[in-house]
This record gives sequence, structure tokens and C-alpha cells, in this order.
Amino acid sequence: MSDRIEVLKTYKTYIGGNFTRTESGRYYKVYDGNDEILANACQCSRKDVRDAVVAARSAVEGWSSRTAYNRGQILYRIAEMLETRKAQFIEELETIGYKNKGAKAEINDSIDRLIYYAGWADKYQQVFGTINPVASSHFNFSMPEPTGVVNIWAPDDQPLLGLISVIAPVIVGGNTCVVLASEQYPLCAISFAEVLNSSDVPEGVVNILTGYREELLEHMTTHMDVNAFFYTDPNIDQDQRKQIDENGALNLKHIIRKPVKNWQEEETQSPYFITEFQETKTTWHPVGY
Amino acid sequence: MAEEQETAEQIKEEAFKPSSPTSKLNFKDVWTYDDAPQSTANAKIDDQYGHFIDGTFQKPVKGRYLPSINPATEEELSSIAEGTQQDVDKAVKSARKAYTKIWSKIDASERGKYVFRLARLIQERAREFAIIESQDGGKPIRESRDVDIPLAAAHFFYYAGWADKLDYAFPGKNAHSLGVAGQIIPWNFPLLMLAWKVAPALATGNTVVLKPAETTSLTALKFAELCRDAGLPEGVVNIVTGTGQTGSLIVNHEDINKIAFTGSTEVGKIIMKSLAGTDKKYTLELGGKGPNIIFEDAPIDQAVEGIINAIFFNQGHVCCAGSRLLVQEGIANRVIRKLRDRMETLIVGDPLDKNTDIGAVNSEQQYNKINEYLELGVNEGAEMYQSSCTLPEQGYFCRPTLFTNVSQSNRIVREEIFGPVLTIQTFRTAEEGIEKANNTPYGLAGGVWTDKGSKIFKVGSKIRNGVVWANTYNHFDPTSPFGGYKESGKGREGGLQGLYPYVKLEN
Repeated sequence: MSDRIEVLKTYKTYIGGNFTRTESGRYYKVYDGNDEILANACQCSRKDVRDAVVAARSAVEGWSSRTAYNRGQILYRIAEMLETRKAQFIEELETIGYKNKGAKAEINDSIDRLIYYAGWADKYQQVFGTINPVASSHFNFSMPEPTGVVNIWAPDDQPLLGLISVIAPVIVGGNTCVVLASEQYPLCAISFAEVLNSSDVPEGVVNILTGYREELLEHMTTHMDVNAFFYTDPNIDQDQRKQIDENGALNLKHIIRKPVKNWQEEETQSPYFITEFQETKTTWHPVGY
Repeated sequence: MAEEQETAEQIKEEAFKPSSPTSKLNFKDVWTYDDAPQSTANAKIDDQYGHFIDGTFQKPVKGRYLPSINPATEEELSSIAEGTQQDVDKAVKSARKAYTKIWSKIDASERGKYVFRLARLIQERAREFAIIESQDGGKPIRESRDVDIPLAAAHFFYYAGWADKLDYAFPGKNAHSLGVAGQIIPWNFPLLMLAWKVAPALATGNTVVLKPAETTSLTALKFAELCRDAGLPEGVVNIVTGTGQTGSLIVNHEDINKIAFTGSTEVGKIIMKSLAGTDKKYTLELGGKGPNIIFEDAPIDQAVEGIINAIFFNQGHVCCAGSRLLVQEGIANRVIRKLRDRMETLIVGDPLDKNTDIGAVNSEQQYNKINEYLELGVNEGAEMYQSSCTLPEQGYFCRPTLFTNVSQSNRIVREEIFGPVLTIQTFRTAEEGIEKANNTPYGLAGGVWTDKGSKIFKVGSKIRNGVVWANTYNHFDPTSPFGGYKESGKGREGGLQGLYPYVKLEN
């Protein structure tokens, strides 16, 4: 009689709604709080970034055309799915060193953050759109519209709450994204992809990669079919920050930097996180018989 | 319906006949316009201008000047100072001092009153400004008088009122000024672009170092006189003249908090790169290649007027110009014929004549660039059609031009020409029209012409442009945000949204 051998999960990437291994065949080791190996994560390559951007771009049309109400419900659905999987995420966070109380707080905050942004889905347009009283006989209004594909560096710490806090404001506004998970703690990002996969989020809306930031920085910031790059690392190296800005200038990407130390702070959720990834479109229409 | 079945070849072969029944009106021989010159007696231009720094005109430290040429006569109007590092340093220092000591401290409502004064002073001297704008930049007096200057005044009037109401603009946040704004403006709408930049900057409590384009600095320098007349505290507005070199000194100056630039996408990218790694906030208002989409159910005659206005307004020196006409196949020949007829009636000539529709191209450099594109278009295999008007012997003038038989990959379809040059493509379905409209790195403005309301909103929401003109084109208003998607820029100018680039938001 021997003990049952546990079945370990293979952590892959999430691109276009599929869990695929990196095309490069490379991996890197992920350790738990006691420096014991937890799993092999994919060390994604330039090609993976490019594949993910293709998936994200293909999803823009459909996702941005969904009604705001529908997008709100889908974000709410993600929260529901996460709620039912709390135990799994608490366990996962504990393996990387979280105390039980901290892990519970992180998952609860993550769920609440999704609810917060779900509620904004059909309201930010009303708060930030305008009707403009032009001095001519035209009806003139300005509305926020999604910018398109957003590449994201998820925060390194708070690997679940941070991840959700950067994805939610981007997708609630009709954008799609390619997210590079926390380099040190990538596993719960892939588990979160399982949640997305069962939450009616259309394929390609959120794509999650794992790998080395330094290696993927260039590929994520120079891609010409990407509209914005979003990162929140408060301690970013000045040379890296400069490189991100310079690469963004190639096609005038929006480079959105929001240094955040602790995602549990109240001000880390805001409709202004949504509007950073919106363009303003102004329409003129003549008024007359 | 017979006329709609004509082939492109037939259209091509038919030479324009002013007396033919298809050309409805013959203005050329039968009707002639008398000269209607705008007197310049009331417009005073000095022989030489220094920089406007700390409330006074100051000679450039290095003593270098650039000529300011009237593009319609090729004569020198005045000379302007060439700004060097020392001049820019002085201007930034003056702006910083004014910001710290005065402008950031006075009541917002008082700040607003200064901006109101500027609006009124522009209105009072509007005609003088219009004349100088036309002399300096070549634009028809009708446009500078009826569009540029009144809109510039309106911008100051609009933003003045915002000064003490910023709490209502950003729900849940407190807006604070940034400090010193460096602003670099283009030559196509000189005073209007100054207004777009200076008015929101001042209203939100920032001070300004502005560099006008070297070919069109005169109205900015006249505006400096208004700042003095308005009693605006010294150093709140500083104007440094010079070339792009001077502009880059402003962009790279360490004591500037915000850069606002309007100009080409090429330079916009250089600026974004220069600002990499800094904390400077920036807005970029860049190039465009605006699609103007005409559906079969559009009111054709109105659409033709709209197409003309979209591309020939201000000699086509408009970043949001409707320079790509996309016309639905069934009406293409009819639209092209009507366009040609309408083009024949356009008067190209003296910018100071009140009847002139199309004035002078802004500079020799731009004139050469447009002509290179005309040559390129022909070499790429496109069919060129130009109106038969006679051009003045002196000055830089360009005939209104159409290109047909072009494809999406032609450079004249892809690149911004910034002149009175229209390319014409056709499409069958709305989807094809939208796809062609969006097949460009630009995304500034576009037009949609149809009598069907639902189609306007569908197409309008699918084209990736910051401004959509439905059954109209090239309208501007201070309350209406303007700015581009994709490589046409970042941020908005005008409207409530135009305040955001000049503030930082805190909880």
C-alpha cells in the first residue's frame, strides 16, 4: 500500500482561448516559499507575443461591439467563477508564501475588484462622454471608444489581485489584451485563465503569457499592431522605462505607467484607469429639415 | 440612369468643355469677378521682431534673424528672431518665475478674467489679425477673417470660463496645474493653433513658452502685444521664434513640465522619443489622411460641396483634410464629373482678394513638396486632373488637383501631401468602404455622407478617427474635442477633454 501519487498540473499559456505551450519549447522553474520547485512555466518567446497579439487583434471587433451591458455581465461572471474557486486560489497563494489570512484577503479583493469594474461597464461613457454645445447648427457629441490591443506587464507582487486590477479596466472598456504574468509567481495567472475560459469571455480578449520581462520587453513594446502598453512597476529601472517610451514612439503607442505599491489601496481602482485606454471620438451631425 | 453607366474611360477621354451641357455653370467667360482687395493699411507689421520674454520684446542673444516671406508675392514681410539655447533658457526661466510667484497663486476666477480679456482683444483687432494671417501664410482673407480669427477668440472665451470650474470637469478628483508648458505650433492655422494651445494652458493655471512656425510667426508676435495690452502678468506667456531646432530646445528643456505639439507624425515620433524616460506630460496633434466616404444614397450636390471643402479648405494645408475620397461605385462617375465642374469655378489667387477660394501655398518648401507628389502620382500610374484656372505669376500657387485610378498602395493614397490634392477610390459595400478608410496608420478625421441616419452611426462608429463629420466636413468649435487615433496623435484639444492634458489629477 503506497500513498496516492498526486496528479500535478501542467501550466501552459493562454492564447486565443487555448492553453498552449510556448512555441519555443522553453521553460523556467517556479519555486514555492521554501525554494522547492512548484512547476515548470513556459518561457515565452517573441513568436508567442506575436501569436497572442494576432489573437487579441482578431478579438477586438467582436468584443468592442458587444453591448456595454453584456461586457458588464461577463466581468460579473468572471467574479462569480472566481468566487467558486476561492479555495483553489487560497491554496495556490499559500504555496508561494502567503499566510492564510493574506491569501483570503487577496482573493476577496480580487473578486470585489471585478465587481467594481463590471459596474462601470455601462457608466463611464456617461460620465466621460460629452454633448458639446457648438456655435453652429450641428449636433455634436464625444464618446470614449476602446483604443484596441493593449500589452500589459502584470505586477510582480500580489500576483492575483495585481493581475486582475490591470486586466479589468482594460477589457471592461472594450479593449483586448496580452498580459505577461508576474515573472516570479506566474502560476495563479494561468489558473485565472481557467476562470476566464469558463466565464463567457470570448477567445482572444485576454491572452496570458509567462516568461522573462527583460527578454520580452522589446517584443511587447515594439509590436506595430499594438495600441497601448501598460505597466505599474513602481521600481522600474530608469533605462527600461526609457526603452519602453522609445519603443512606443515607433507607432505612437499609448504608454501608460501607473506606479502602484499596494493594490489593496482604495485609489488603485478608478474609472480613470478605464479612460486611459479609451480614445475620444467626436461626431458632428447637421441639424435641419 | 444612363449617365451612371458611363465607364471610367469615357470620363477620362472627355475633355472639360465649359459650354457643354454637363458643365452646369460657366463662371469663367460669362461671369467675371471684379477685384475685391482687402486693404492692408490698418495692419501694422514691424520690420523686425525679437522674442517676447518676461513681458517685453527682447533681441535674440545671438542676434540672428530669419526672413518672414509673403508666399503670395515672395516678398519679405518682416524678420523674426532665431531662438537659440540662451533665448529658450531665458523664456523658460521667465515662465517658471511667473508660475511660481504669480500665476499659480492668483484666484482662479481672476486668472479666467485675464483670459476673457485676451478673447475680447482678439475680437477687437480681428480684421488686423486676419490681414496679417493672410499676408504671412497665404490663406484667403475669407478664411482668416471668417474662420481662423473668430475661432481663436472663441477658444479664449470658452477656456476662460473653465478657470474657476475645474472641479466640475474631473469627477472625484482635484485638478492641479502642471507648471510650465512648452508649445510648438504649425503654420497652417497660426493664431488658431496658438489659441488651442495657450487658452487651455492659461485657464488651468500653467504658464507658457510658445514657438510658432518659422514661416508664420507674425500673428503670434502680434498676440504678444495683446498680452501686454491685457495687463497679463509678465512671463505668463513667452514667445520664442525660430525653426524646428528651436522647437527641439524647448522639447528637451529640463524645466518644462508639459509639451504640446502640432505638426507632422514624423516629428511627433521624434518628440515622443526625446521625451522618453522623463516625467513630462505631452499631447501630440499629428498628421492625417482623412477618408471622406460618399454613399450612393447621399445628397450628391451637398456631398460635392463637402468634398471640395474637405480638401481645398486652406489650400489643403489641413491635418484633418478629407484627402482620400471613397465613393460608392454606382455614383462614382457622376460625383467625379460634378467635382470637376465645381473645381473649375474655384478662384485661385491673391489671398487678400475677398473672392479668392484658394490662396497661396504656405512656403516654397511646401510648394516643392506638393509638386513632387503630383509627379509621383503620375509616375505611379494615376490619372491626374487639374482645374484650368490661371495662376498668378508670382508666388507659390497650386491648382486644385484630383487623382483617379489609384490603389490603396499608391504613395499618394498613403502619405499626407498637405496640399490641394485629392485621391479618389471606389467601393461597393459599406464594409469595403470602412476597410479602405481604416487602411492607414493615421486616424485623425473622416467624413460620412448618406441620407440614412442609422448608416451614419454605424459607419461613424467603425471608422477609427478622432473626429467624424457626418454630411459635413471641416467644422471646428472650441467646445468640440479634436485629436487623433493611432499615428495621428495623443490627447485631445478643445472641449472639456482639452483640459486634461494641462492638469494633474489628485485625490
